[in-house]
Amino acid sequence: MATMSARITTQDVAHVAQLARLELTEEELERFTGQLAAVLEHARDVEALDTAGVAPTAHPLPLRNVLRDDIVGPSLPRAEVLAAAPSVEADRFRVPRILGEAP
Amino acid sequence: MTTGEARTDWETVIGLEVHCELRTQTKLFCACRNSFGEEPNTNICPVCLGLPGSLPVLNRTAVEYAMRIGTALHCRIQASQFHRKNYFYPDMPKDYQISQYDVPINADGWLDLPSGQRVGIVRAHLEEDTGKTTHMGGGGRIHDAAHSLVDYNRSGVPLVEIVSAPDMRSAEEARAYVDELRAILVATGASDGKMEEGSLRVDANVSVRRRGETAFGTRCEIKNMNSLRSLGRAIDYEAARQIALIEAGGAVTQETRHWDENAGRTGSMRSKEEAYDYRYFPEPDLVPVDPSPEWIAAVAAELPRLPAERRAALAAASGLPGDSEAVATVVRLGLDDLVEAAAASTATASVAVRRVANEVASDPEAAARLDRVAFARLVAMEAGGELTSAQARTVLKAIMDEGGDPAAVAAQLGFEAMDSGDLDRVVDEVIAGSPDEWARFCAGEEKLQGLFIGAIKKATEGKADLKAASTLLRARRGG
Repeated sequence: MATMSARITTQDVAHVAQLARLELTEEELERFTGQLAAVLEHARDVEALDTAGVAPTAHPLPLRNVLRDDIVGPSLPRAEVLAAAPSVEADRFRVPRILGEAP
Repeated sequence: MTTGEARTDWETVIGLEVHCELRTQTKLFCACRNSFGEEPNTNICPVCLGLPGSLPVLNRTAVEYAMRIGTALHCRIQASQFHRKNYFYPDMPKDYQISQYDVPINADGWLDLPSGQRVGIVRAHLEEDTGKTTHMGGGGRIHDAAHSLVDYNRSGVPLVEIVSAPDMRSAEEARAYVDELRAILVATGASDGKMEEGSLRVDANVSVRRRGETAFGTRCEIKNMNSLRSLGRAIDYEAARQIALIEAGGAVTQETRHWDENAGRTGSMRSKEEAYDYRYFPEPDLVPVDPSPEWIAAVAAELPRLPAERRAALAAASGLPGDSEAVATVVRLGLDDLVEAAAASTATASVAVRRVANEVASDPEAAARLDRVAFARLVAMEAGGELTSAQARTVLKAIMDEGGDPAAVAAQLGFEAMDSGDLDRVVDEVIAGSPDEWARFCAGEEKLQGLFIGAIKKATEGKADLKAASTLLRARRGG
């Protein structure tokens, strides 16, 4: 993945599209590379600011430790959930052949 | 794969990643039941199915269990943040796993092995477990399967992933580490530590280097080891594979490898081209976890005694060595309280450790219902010489199976106490009955002691305390 200081390439966009399982045509790749470059240009404006005294902020809300008690609540009826699945076998979700081990 | 000779030139470097399921009632981010072995897809809801609009809410007990683990492993407990780890795989319905990335809840700790060796703990972070996939057709092997089935009951179950430093140098040390870590996890109450049920899963990072080198070699991550035994086998295989590869002029490729228990080998799981890029980013639906110093102190104050401390206490009480296998067994099975209830003196403590480690440990169900007072009485009888160890074992077996008072059971079995005067007399008779053998025993033929002991056992119909008999024999001989 390119850092913001380097210009984004069509290879970067193709890589990201692959990670997101998006199939893009050559023409789309070109178009999105241009659009993403513009977004990153904008981000570079922010990057130019002096943030030396600013703590990293993962969340805008002034909240910490939002927790719930460990008490069992109702789950969904299985029949209802499985009825919404494209394919079901032996009360499990049936999915197409998987090509590799779990990451 | 490699010779023992080659091995001495090489050093194996091992770091372990242990995933431990927490024993909470509910999942990490939703109120679905956290329970192993239930009907498939019965503990699922919009949150753990990743349905649009659902929002995770963190389980307080899971955080507390993570803090217990961190405390037990001498980690720094710190403000932390959840991240999304993005990947597409049907075991994760959201297409990302909520985990912790740059700021884990626990960091920079250590664990001491029973040998005294210290292993660094890099981090112990919270994350959610994935669903369970079953591959159909092709004999259950993923590459040959026609399709797969998914059960999401496990999806969202709380995990703590404990990452060690690369501080281990042999399969033996790796096994000792997992064994000790498991004992600690069970002691904290955070986990049941069952490798066979998958609530404890171990991945190993293995590399090799020539002895004396300080830089690490390229490592491979080994997955799919379901027991301590397979962990040891996989590490040995992998180290030998890497050594052979390098000695043949090749180079190790950093990759994930799958341990095949039946074939006894590791195999490449995916090519380098498919290397994952998880695009971690902060989970916007969860705010930071920032335990207060008071909360951290309260967790530390309530932490039960840990295995190392308990082993030391038992060893001191019983006079057994600190690395005694019997003491380790008692602590591993959490039966210290049984021993402590019976340990009135060093002698009773040492008898209690032996009886618990040998007889009680072999029947955990009976151990759970064994009456503490009855056990203590039995131990006192054996330690006081009222019962021989063989008799004590028989009585113990009976009270484990049927209950009852050990004195009454012993009487019923005809195990009457034999007073020392009687034993003295029997010893003299036995010596008088075999004068030639006695002379040879006195001349130093040690193996003849067995003959005399056997005769004493026979003469007393097994009631004699054979240890006392052996002491008497030696005293008669003069040492």
